[in-house]
Amino acid sequence: MEWVSDEVKVILFFKVSIYTLDMQLIDGSPQSIKSYLATLSPVDQVGAEARASMLATRSIKTTSKAWAIDCAISMIDLTTLEGSDTDGKVKAICNKAVRPDPTDPTVPHVGAICVYNDMVEVARKHLDSIGGKDIPVAAVSTGFPSGRASREVKKQDTLDALNAGATEIDMVIDRGAFLSGNLEKVFSEIVYIKELCGDRAHLKVILETGELVTLDNVRKASFLAMAAGADFIKTSTGKISPAATPPVVLVMLEAVRDFYAMTGVRIGVKPAGGIRNTKDAIKQLVLVNETAGPEWLTPKLFRIGASALLNDLLMQRMKLRDGHYQGPNYVTLD
Amino acid sequence: MTRIDVKKTYKLYIGGAFPRSESGRTYEINDSNGEFIANPAQASRKDLRDAVLAARTSLPGWSGATAFNRGQILYRVAEMMESRSGQFIDEICALEGVTKTVAKKQIEESIDTWVWYSGWCDKISAIAGSTNPVSGPFYNFTTPESMGVIGVFAAQKPSLLGLVQALAPVLAGGNTAVVVTSQKFPLPAISLSEVLATSDVPGGVVNILTGKTNELAPWMASHMDVDGLDISGLSKDVETQTRIEGTENLKRIHRFPDGNSPQRILAFMEDKTVWHPVGI
Repeated sequence: MEWVSDEVKVILFFKVSIYTLDMQLIDGSPQSIKSYLATLSPVDQVGAEARASMLATRSIKTTSKAWAIDCAISMIDLTTLEGSDTDGKVKAICNKAVRPDPTDPTVPHVGAICVYNDMVEVARKHLDSIGGKDIPVAAVSTGFPSGRASREVKKQDTLDALNAGATEIDMVIDRGAFLSGNLEKVFSEIVYIKELCGDRAHLKVILETGELVTLDNVRKASFLAMAAGADFIKTSTGKISPAATPPVVLVMLEAVRDFYAMTGVRIGVKPAGGIRNTKDAIKQLVLVNETAGPEWLTPKLFRIGASALLNDLLMQRMKLRDGHYQGPNYVTLD
Repeated sequence: MTRIDVKKTYKLYIGGAFPRSESGRTYEINDSNGEFIANPAQASRKDLRDAVLAARTSLPGWSGATAFNRGQILYRVAEMMESRSGQFIDEICALEGVTKTVAKKQIEESIDTWVWYSGWCDKISAIAGSTNPVSGPFYNFTTPESMGVIGVFAAQKPSLLGLVQALAPVLAGGNTAVVVTSQKFPLPAISLSEVLATSDVPGGVVNILTGKTNELAPWMASHMDVDGLDISGLSKDVETQTRIEGTENLKRIHRFPDGNSPQRILAFMEDKTVWHPVGI
């Protein structure tokens, strides 16, 4: 517990007692949410940026790099979220998920496939038929990417994905409600979707940090999502920029670390968007190890939402194996 | 009071920008009398990797530009070099220890080389392409197309002319280039990068690395994303090894005699043959 700041210990003292008394941090009323979030320490933005950029200078080489590349591959949520997606495209990324490098069977499979919910069935069936039964399918849900839809639509959106076989739901929060202070709406929506998911699916809550403006908001939204029952907190939809910048991921990792200290529950983190090469991915892993701790270095608690990243990881892996630089002609096209 | 010289620490030219070497290394070069004159960057294999990536990224734009447009741009390089010829003459004199007249001749030949190859841009496919007779109701055409990313080890001396003679035909054919300059005489090449940066050549089409030739050669030769190599500037003792390493992705590896020739353009082009039914 030495890594927990004094400030957190004080919160911890109160929070653990609240949590263990009724196993609920917030009862859903505006007042309870407000007072809960008021206990959060503010984020030192300059400090967070400095720490994130300091951690980005770590040099990871040779065997550590080989380990990190395989670890990152196994954490990828291989994503295709285009209006132009077809069954064929989804099947192609499923093939890639199971055998990322067809010439090398030692490459691990990816963490999950992430698609729109009308593609879930295609993905699930195809994965099952090619030996990818243990690769989950994640569906983006609740009016992705804007989250601008009625409760009824969001419910149906989620149920469609669940019924088609999705075992992970990536929901977006209503950023408009969050920014205008309507926190109970955000909270109750997450609780609602979590109930729909039940035991059938993990819930990942997308904060869309690029629209939350400040790191303080990121921390607040993280705690709000975690208290409402998120299994994962995810940075972005990938549709707007900036997305998963290192300071944002750092703040979210600190949030899950502090939440674990308060409640004993480990929540996962999923940066998504803008992580395109091996260097970026390894920086993320360093952040995880140094902030939340090595317990989070597993696909159960850390995922990277990406599509182009996988090819770069594969090229770097080939470089380590063969000793010369690779070209994009030698990995599959997406 | 005598003024103190400003000794320059030069940088690389990658993707249209002038970064320092990722490794932070520089090395010293001396003039023909052994006096220190400057610190060029000593590129590492990672700089080479970045340069190849930049060249690959800019390839669709450059090879997709019309041949006429490429010719205009290469002519523009000649114009820009003309206006900076004084600087080139000083550098060549200092490094190679030649007289001003000889240096002036070298720069003039370099500029003429650009003009000569700029003229070839929109003529090469007419001269080297063909309409082929086939026994069927088809048109059958063959045209030369750009090969891709070409690694250039320019001749060590004459430092500027050797580089231009190697680089201009690569660009005229629609390829992008990663150049490793003369190790002992890199200054004219660095000034050329400043010319290129200000003369409509899109960033990344030419990338110029200074440093130890024999350190970079094996990485360039084995790089799977480099399609061809001009090894005119490599010493004979590393040539065999370079050719062996280049076999992995079937690189086209050439050593050219001095001088200009359309064959130098065609060496880094590939023939594409198209069949088209008659009457459609």
